[in-house]
Amino acid sequence: MKDKKIEKIIKKLKESSVGIAGLGGLGSNAAISLARAGIGRLVLVDFDKLEESNLTRQYYFMYQIGKNKVDALKENIEKINPEIKIEIINQKLLKGSMEEPFKDVDVVIEALDNAETKATFIEEILTKLPDKPIVAASGVAGYGHSDRITTKCLGKLYMCYDEEALSSDDDVLTAPRVAIMANWEANLALEIILGEDK
Amino acid sequence: MSIEVNGKKVDWVENETVTQLLKRMRYIFPLVVVKIDDKVVLKKDFSEVVVPDNSKVAVIHMISGG
Repeated sequence: MKDKKIEKIIKKLKESSVGIAGLGGLGSNAAISLARAGIGRLVLVDFDKLEESNLTRQYYFMYQIGKNKVDALKENIEKINPEIKIEIINQKLLKGSMEEPFKDVDVVIEALDNAETKATFIEEILTKLPDKPIVAASGVAGYGHSDRITTKCLGKLYMCYDEEALSSDDDVLTAPRVAIMANWEANLALEIILGEDK
Repeated sequence: MSIEVNGKKVDWVENETVTQLLKRMRYIFPLVVVKIDDKVVLKKDFSEVVVPDNSKVAVIHMISGG
């Protein structure tokens, strides 16, 4: 029975795709998890270059400092899973056309940093691609309090949410908590693709 | 004559829009979605949608970090 389940999951994931907006702490860690899980295709969008300060929580390496995050992450994913199809888009998401790179994926993951941009992005996906499931996160900063994190389902929007956490403008971003949220998002994406694990 | 906002019981105000309710509740975060009785209300409709009596309102806010 277990083998059958595994076979089914492998097949379904291989046929599926996830788009990730932002390749910082949330996006880079979520992408790596999805790659390990065997997702067939990833669309990765970011405009930033890797800085040394990013290494405290983002899935990159020292020697990659200065590289575009899209290129660095593609490189890292290919070391884990060379079969995955990766589309990289090295550009800033601009208000009015934020949904463009994600028209053709099964699930969108919001992994941006700024609250205003997060809100705008979610709004654009919900209005312009109303049938598209979107997974988002809010309340990433701080450490500890893992059990304050919950999932909120609001129609096609799935929020990984800690309403008591402070903004990253006023609190630290730490690797364990950011990675928990990132993997929470990736786990939700799997659940959306595969259906509830019964 | 009351509504529930994020699990908290508050007075219902006739003809109050989502925008007015958010102001009354002093929710100042950049908001993303408001759900009234399991129905999602988008930001662009906040100033038009009126909050009905006895409804359950969920307000999800976004804060920075990623």
